[in-house]
Amino acid sequence: MKPVAFEYCRPDTVDEALELLKEFGGDASIISGGLSLGAMLNMRLVRPKAVIDINGLEDLANITVGDATVSTGALVRQAAAMQYPALMADVPLLALALPNVGHYQTRSRGTLGGSVAHADPSAEIPLALVTLSGAVTLQSPRGKRDMPAREFFLGLLTTDRHADEVITGLTWPRRRDRTGYAFEEIAQRHGDFAITAVAAEATIGSDGNISDLSLGLGGVEDRPFVAATGAFVGKPGTVATAEDIANTIAETVDPMIDLQANADYRRQLVRVLGARVLMAAFTDATRQREAA
Amino acid sequence: MEPVPGIRHAAILRSSHAHARIISVDTSKAEALPGVYGVVTGADIADAINPIPSAVRVPIKFYPIAVDKVRYVGEPVAVIAAADRYIAEDAMELIEVEYESFPPVADPVAALQPGAALLHDDVGSNEVHHRTFRYGDPDAAFAKADKIVKLEWRYPRYSSTPMETYGIVANFERQPDRYTIWSNFQGPFILHALMTGALGVPGNRLRLITAPHSGGSFGIKQAMFPYMVLLAACSKLLGCPLKWIEDRLEHLIGASAAADRADRVEAAFSNDGELLGLKFDNIVNVGAYVRAPEPASVYRMHSASNGCYRVKDIFVENRLVVTNMTPIGLNRGYGGPQFYYALERVMEAGAKELGIDPAEIRRRNFIQPDEFPYEAPAGSIYDSGDYEAGLDQALELAAYDELKAARENARAAGKLFGIGMAAGIEPSGSNMAYVTLAQTPEERAKAGGRSGGLGSATVSIDPSGSVTVKTVSTPAGQGHQTVAAQVVADALGLRPDQIDVITEVDTLTSAWSLASGNYANRFSSVVVGAIADSAEKVAKKIKLIAAENLEVAPEDIELVGGEARVVGVPEKALPIRRVAAQTHWHPAGLPEGMDPGMFETTIMSPPMLEAPDQQDRVASAVTFGYVFDLAAVEIDRATGKIEIVKYVSVHDVGNVLNELVVEGQIYGGFAHGLGGALMEEFVYDAGANPQAGTFADYLCITAPEVPKVVIGHFNTPSPHNTLGAKGMGDGSSMLAPTAIANAAADALGTFDIVLPLTLNKTWSMANGLEYERAGAARAKTGERPQEAGAVQGGLTGKGSVELSAPPADVWNLLLDPDTLAAVIPGCEALEQVGDDSFTAEVVIGVAGIKGVYSAEIDLRNKIEPKSVRLVGKAAGALGFGAGEGRVTLEPLGDGRTRLSYSYRANVGGKVAAVGQRMLGTVTKILIGQFFRGFERRLKSSGDGGDQGPGFFRRLFGGGKP
Repeated sequence: MKPVAFEYCRPDTVDEALELLKEFGGDASIISGGLSLGAMLNMRLVRPKAVIDINGLEDLANITVGDATVSTGALVRQAAAMQYPALMADVPLLALALPNVGHYQTRSRGTLGGSVAHADPSAEIPLALVTLSGAVTLQSPRGKRDMPAREFFLGLLTTDRHADEVITGLTWPRRRDRTGYAFEEIAQRHGDFAITAVAAEATIGSDGNISDLSLGLGGVEDRPFVAATGAFVGKPGTVATAEDIANTIAETVDPMIDLQANADYRRQLVRVLGARVLMAAFTDATRQREAA
Repeated sequence: MEPVPGIRHAAILRSSHAHARIISVDTSKAEALPGVYGVVTGADIADAINPIPSAVRVPIKFYPIAVDKVRYVGEPVAVIAAADRYIAEDAMELIEVEYESFPPVADPVAALQPGAALLHDDVGSNEVHHRTFRYGDPDAAFAKADKIVKLEWRYPRYSSTPMETYGIVANFERQPDRYTIWSNFQGPFILHALMTGALGVPGNRLRLITAPHSGGSFGIKQAMFPYMVLLAACSKLLGCPLKWIEDRLEHLIGASAAADRADRVEAAFSNDGELLGLKFDNIVNVGAYVRAPEPASVYRMHSASNGCYRVKDIFVENRLVVTNMTPIGLNRGYGGPQFYYALERVMEAGAKELGIDPAEIRRRNFIQPDEFPYEAPAGSIYDSGDYEAGLDQALELAAYDELKAARENARAAGKLFGIGMAAGIEPSGSNMAYVTLAQTPEERAKAGGRSGGLGSATVSIDPSGSVTVKTVSTPAGQGHQTVAAQVVADALGLRPDQIDVITEVDTLTSAWSLASGNYANRFSSVVVGAIADSAEKVAKKIKLIAAENLEVAPEDIELVGGEARVVGVPEKALPIRRVAAQTHWHPAGLPEGMDPGMFETTIMSPPMLEAPDQQDRVASAVTFGYVFDLAAVEIDRATGKIEIVKYVSVHDVGNVLNELVVEGQIYGGFAHGLGGALMEEFVYDAGANPQAGTFADYLCITAPEVPKVVIGHFNTPSPHNTLGAKGMGDGSSMLAPTAIANAAADALGTFDIVLPLTLNKTWSMANGLEYERAGAARAKTGERPQEAGAVQGGLTGKGSVELSAPPADVWNLLLDPDTLAAVIPGCEALEQVGDDSFTAEVVIGVAGIKGVYSAEIDLRNKIEPKSVRLVGKAAGALGFGAGEGRVTLEPLGDGRTRLSYSYRANVGGKVAAVGQRMLGTVTKILIGQFFRGFERRLKSSGDGGDQGPGFFRRLFGGGKP
């Protein structure tokens, strides 16, 4: 379990990193926390010519709170994010998702950007980003671009990042008024890849009806995605609606299968967790509305 | 660890095939790589050493490396020695092995079928051991029974996965010719004799040195001895010391595990719940070879087949079967979990059938306190116990009546709530002779006597007066040092921190014997007794010297606070250090007849550990502890989650030597049992390909999953050692799987429970749904050798697409090589090699995990234009697969066609072992891409389909911008 020999590069700036990516013509892997890439290198599943260690790019470890969004540099450790009160208060869904990411020890090393770049179908951080309609910022010699998270994840471990690009940061919409957030997942053990993870952002209008809804599913198909819940906007934020939505969505998903779970079970978890998470989000939204 | 200079680092090339003949091994490219010192193949080893002896007399040549055939995925094929492990692994990729595949045997019941492929041709069958045993008159007992209860099931294959893997440094030196091996081997040292047999040297020319801490073992580090032989032989062949550290991938596919079994039990009861007779039918999957000490796993509990009960009439049938899986070996509880899964579930099922409370039916059958020492029907002599008192304590700690009320309330509310229990004895300090039950009395007579379980310890005091204890116990974190120091300190009137405990073993210098090592709970049942006896001898000597110096009788001396002092006259005292030192400094001044020096060694073999008698009865262990476990669970019908509402575990460990150590052992044993009950399993598919090759798929239990255990003690001191202690440590690893299965059975209303009770399986059961684990091969429970059909299982899927052309067009295009070449994802070349046969080169890759695969596809059962069966296989650097699919075409009336497909495939190699959770998704993506391409081709418009071509180029072409 030793990697194939590779060139180890540790740039000090984003520009240097981009220069290196260009030099290796796409045959390079970027390492931040290394929690997934380290294992894949050691198992020789991937054999890049170079590994570019971006842990020296200190600017990418910043968190910036803006008017409508919070920006997190790609290198922000998961543990650091959890210890940043403004981020946790402004992006409640991320706060709910992060304790489910790996373990205490792995979160000290793992980064927000690394999880997004790896694009595991079960990963919590990509799911939260997709659910909130956040964005991924990428930089290349051609410049910077912001890619909507919902278009960034293309499939199993596959994203829209081009080989000459570095993910520099993520953009998280701040919490909105009258809006509730909820997250839940089921795994065989705490810290495992979720068999199914469900995230929701729901806005309840003054009439008690849903005015905006986003229901994200992870671990179900080959990428995190937002279910088509448009038909339910305007419905009351009740248990009956929550169950109705979850049952409807469960019939539309095409779940993956593995040792831990078959498709029927994943579909069942979409029903069960979907109803629970939606109701929790409705309740949270109602509480926010009443508090306001 | 570098105990000698000039070490080279070894890597082991392992078979990715479950069953194949080795046609050739070409090591030339690997040997040419700079930094490579040499490569050793199976053929080299077969020339250099003898096969490793077996406990079973069958014509199987067991070498530590595959010689002519590979018989399990993970079997060593070649050893590379290089300047470092990185280079060694680079070289490993350059070795070219040509295989001829044979049909794999992936299931122990299927292995017994008449037409099954044979693992070992010389044996003529996959059954390598078969014995039956009859104690009392089981047929008469069953004839008079009011109720006969039968259960049958599969017990899963799992392990205890120690924190540290195998680690070996082997060195061969000349003058004298001697192999020295530094390792974290745990014993038993009877395996030393097997290793010298294989290496063809006398005992003193194989020096084994073990580490003071083995990094966890749980029995698994017994099974490293073939690797010790392998590395020793390679060191001699290559002329350099070799170091090999097993990595986790190697450990999970190639180390060892507890046996998976296909067992059946019948119990005869009277109407009032008396257990009259038992019949056990055990089929043990030993894996590819009968690696010593197998078949011991099925004999460890054998002579205690009555469990805690007075039942006298017992029938046992044991069959050992070889399959294309990793050989089994010692693992915590060794045979106990499987045994109690039979006995304690059939007791619970009997209680249910007879309408008797499960606690009550056990109470009615328990051996009574005044019956000890109790001679069990199959020969065990239970030393002491009060099983009913232990049960009462457990019921009290569980608040059993309240728990039953809670169950009624939960059920009234529509919930799934169950209570289950299990009672068992815990044999400790094994009689080496129980292994010989694998032979008939006649065979044993011919082979010569075997008996005993020697334990040894030395307590010495050096000229400066400091105390050292040496044991031969290879601890793995069980606190041997703590307990040994405490016992000696108590005997000598010193503080534990004044005692040094040496646990390293060196077979050239230690007082070791066959039974030495750390297994079978033998530390507190045997080794501590030897330590206490040695300490007592030292104390006696000190007292004699002090008595003479102080001019009193030896009986008047006590050892307290570092002094030998006259009882009742504390000021009349001598420092123990000074008294002890006198044996070195001034032997002439010692009492008349006393030997100089202070080295007291005790070698003991408990006298009851005799050889098996003509009726196959044997006292298999020294002490018999007792465990009573009670579990209450609630199962969430919606998710299948099993919540352990309460878990009570009451133990009789004899006198407790150290409370903290005992509690730690109880928790650890419980955690291992819980892992087996809920999630741990080495899954193999129908091609005998391991599917759980990393800790992402082999779900080792972790701390957050372990609930609080309410621990109780009800201790009856053992008469069999000085301290009255019994062995312990296996404990709930043997009973928790059964207690939890019984609780789940109570909740779900069926005893048809197959572990592990994963979330998905439990949910399926709770909702009356069929469950098939993706990737898992299993003949159904209940299939016996005569009934079982072909083993199924693997990756399955089905689906359908609507295509915009009539069936005839679809048919023609589907069988057209040009079309196939164009639409098969990643297809680089496709050739028609026969009427209905194709070969192809395909590049498949996801996120840089990319490989080139050579595929062969045959079309069969063609019914134009309706259906066709595709049979194919593919192989590449990252893995290989074989499978078949069926395609049917159905006209939709408007010139369109519905194409339906289903497939079943078995995938092996690295990609299956480490990437199991990705396989299903990748397959789906490939199929999706195929049909999108196919539809485009049908339309001949090349408009790109619903996903941009860039996506697939990136996904399967390699990710360049």
